[in-house]
Amino acid sequence: MKHYFRELSVLGALLAILLGLAIFAPAFYQPQPLLSLLTREAPTLVVACGMALVIVCRQIDISVGSIFSVCSVCAGLLAARGWPLLLVLPASVALGAVFGAFNGVLVAGLRLPSIVVTLATMVTLRQGLNLVRQGEFVNLPEGIQWFGLGQTAGQLVLVIAAVVILILLALAMRHFAAGRFAYAVGTDAEAARLAGIRPQLVTFLVFVSIGALTGLAAMMNLAQSPQVQPLTGNGLELKVIAAVVVGGVAISGGRGNLWGAFAGLLLLACISPALTHLRIEAYWEKAIQGTIILLAVVADGLRSRKGGN
Amino acid sequence: MSPAPLLELRQLVKNYGGVRALRGVDFDLRAGEVHALLGENGAGKSTLIKVVTGAHAPNGGTITLAGQTVSGLTPATARALGIACIYQQPALFPDLTVAENLALRLNAPSPAARMRWSDCRARATKLLARIGAEISPDAEVRSLSMPEQQLVEIACALGSGARIVVMDEPTASLTQKEQHLLFAVVRDLRQNGVGVIYISHRLEEIFALADRVTVLRDGQSVGTHPVAGIDEAGLIRLMVGREVAQIYPAAESAPGTVVLSLNQLGCRSSGVSNVSFDVRAGEVFGLGGLVGAGRTELARILFGLTPADSGTITLGGQTLTLRTPQAAVAHGIAYVPEDRRRHGVVLDLPIAHNMTMAIHRRLFPTTWLRFGAERALTLDYIRDLAVKCSGPEARGGSLSGGNQQKVALARWLATKPKLLILDEPTQGVDVGAKSEIHKIVRRLAKEGLAVILISSDLPEVIGMSDRIGVMGGGTLRAILPGGSDPHVVMAAALGTAA
Repeated sequence: MKHYFRELSVLGALLAILLGLAIFAPAFYQPQPLLSLLTREAPTLVVACGMALVIVCRQIDISVGSIFSVCSVCAGLLAARGWPLLLVLPASVALGAVFGAFNGVLVAGLRLPSIVVTLATMVTLRQGLNLVRQGEFVNLPEGIQWFGLGQTAGQLVLVIAAVVILILLALAMRHFAAGRFAYAVGTDAEAARLAGIRPQLVTFLVFVSIGALTGLAAMMNLAQSPQVQPLTGNGLELKVIAAVVVGGVAISGGRGNLWGAFAGLLLLACISPALTHLRIEAYWEKAIQGTIILLAVVADGLRSRKGGN
Repeated sequence: MSPAPLLELRQLVKNYGGVRALRGVDFDLRAGEVHALLGENGAGKSTLIKVVTGAHAPNGGTITLAGQTVSGLTPATARALGIACIYQQPALFPDLTVAENLALRLNAPSPAARMRWSDCRARATKLLARIGAEISPDAEVRSLSMPEQQLVEIACALGSGARIVVMDEPTASLTQKEQHLLFAVVRDLRQNGVGVIYISHRLEEIFALADRVTVLRDGQSVGTHPVAGIDEAGLIRLMVGREVAQIYPAAESAPGTVVLSLNQLGCRSSGVSNVSFDVRAGEVFGLGGLVGAGRTELARILFGLTPADSGTITLGGQTLTLRTPQAAVAHGIAYVPEDRRRHGVVLDLPIAHNMTMAIHRRLFPTTWLRFGAERALTLDYIRDLAVKCSGPEARGGSLSGGNQQKVALARWLATKPKLLILDEPTQGVDVGAKSEIHKIVRRLAKEGLAVILISSDLPEVIGMSDRIGVMGGGTLRAILPGGSDPHVVMAAALGTAA
């Protein structure tokens, strides 16, 4: 219990908000708006899982928003050309993985700082996309939105898919040796190397993973509307990093887990509907989210000062 | 009666926690003298320097500078009082030019003051000329060689009007020619009435340069002699002293077949050359020598961290190329590194994770971890090695040094190695844990493991080893039987005939 104190405190905050909403704004719990909220957050959750892996390894990836946009537009164009969903989906995942591998080669292979490498990728991809597409929307053919299932069924599929991915990755992080490698590398790469682990390979693979997950998330977003708009991923990186950090994954690496990131994401995602239901001006949303992030970081800072020497 | 010495230390004491690093040191330095400081690793030389330069406050004793007793010395006041220290690794700003470095170090200007760069440059040129260094004041420090950087440090010391200059193994990374330049500078300092405290392991330097020599042993000064009145054998006798009676567990088994065989092994990038020896199953092969002798570098070659570029490594009859730690582990080599708190144990992770860290490696990364098996294995080692901890979930950082070392050891025993390399396994470990670790090492040897024990603790390496390889200057200088006379070992380490 003590071990998961950080995650549990985020969960506690989330439950407090949900309880508050149940008392003061029961309308929040109407099934359809709630499902829509969860569906909107499903792609973010998938990227947040990848971000948690990257941050556990003491790296960061701020190019996910741009990768997300590029994957969305490319997948949309392929679908518009008549590719079936079963080919568009792996193509989007593969494209994301290629971008992730590019970041990974630069960070792990050349040992460049990941914040600079992914900043460069972020800007290049975003501007490249603007240049090629000139802000043009991609119209999707019939049968892509909600996978042709109808809205409610499609929403359920997306939410369930995101949660299944979360569970699988969380189990893998805990039960596969690979997860241990990630924590060891994030805590002390040189110590991991002296234990026979290959830190550079681990780092490369987490970047490939977050790229592939971002490609998948792009597809999950694509399926929610009849059009792809090219700015769709802007700001995603900050949203995801905020969720992960609020959820207790230490930015200094080696600490935290996916469940915390999940709770952090839900906590931040609840703020906006909660404000609406409580009839508070929406301007407060960013301020409240900022305060939560600050609180989380301060708590981590205090905790590591107490825990350290 | 001569004038008061520049620096006088009386009964200086310094404790780090429970460790008594200095237990009553007397030392004095006169103007215009080079006073050498000599002692084994851990004898207290570095501590003494830290106290004199104000980096650490002493726990007892007096420091007298030119007849005035000073207390509460800080690095800033030490500098103001004319004490300068030149470390092995120059502490300069690599991205700034020589003149900028000198200006920053010498003026300590107020942040708002305008820098007069032309003055700074002129002064740098003058200082560099004075010590005969052919270095441009506009050169970036990054572009200078190590000895050139040391010369810049010396220029700093001169420019600050230092009366006392401490040099900590200044020649460790210098070539012969650069050494001569340095010696000329030191003699020039002496001529100008500066007192130089000169630390070196190289006896020939001490005889060539110093006027007097003080020997430290176990945190005490055991004698100050004019260099003219003492010879090498006498100095070694002072350094080693009488043996502390400590019981080491005796070898219980005769060594078996050859496990590891090195032939003319070398690696240019880490300065190791021409190392040949065998280690047998059941044998503890000690590696002795002074700091910088090349022992850790040799271990890193054997573990594939810095691959060899000449010679051969034969393990169990098979000639190996070791280019990665993974290859070394796969062939049954285990390495418990020197810096335990940094590399041996991951302090943030639980003991269980630490102990199984090296055996996941043999498995595929997608192996499903069996927590039950992990717990059982961890508990086995906790019991077997008597690790004092609250359980397998306790963080590595919550353990004492000796118990951390046991966890590091367990990690590697779990790989079932053929060859175990221990790098300074008892450094910073208390006496009780030290003797426990000795017993464990003996037992492992008895069970048929080949052990290479790197230790700077002379009694330990002599008492624990079946044979002792003495290293110096990156090569093997001698192989001596276990239990050898410490004077002989020390003489071999220093590269002189005892």
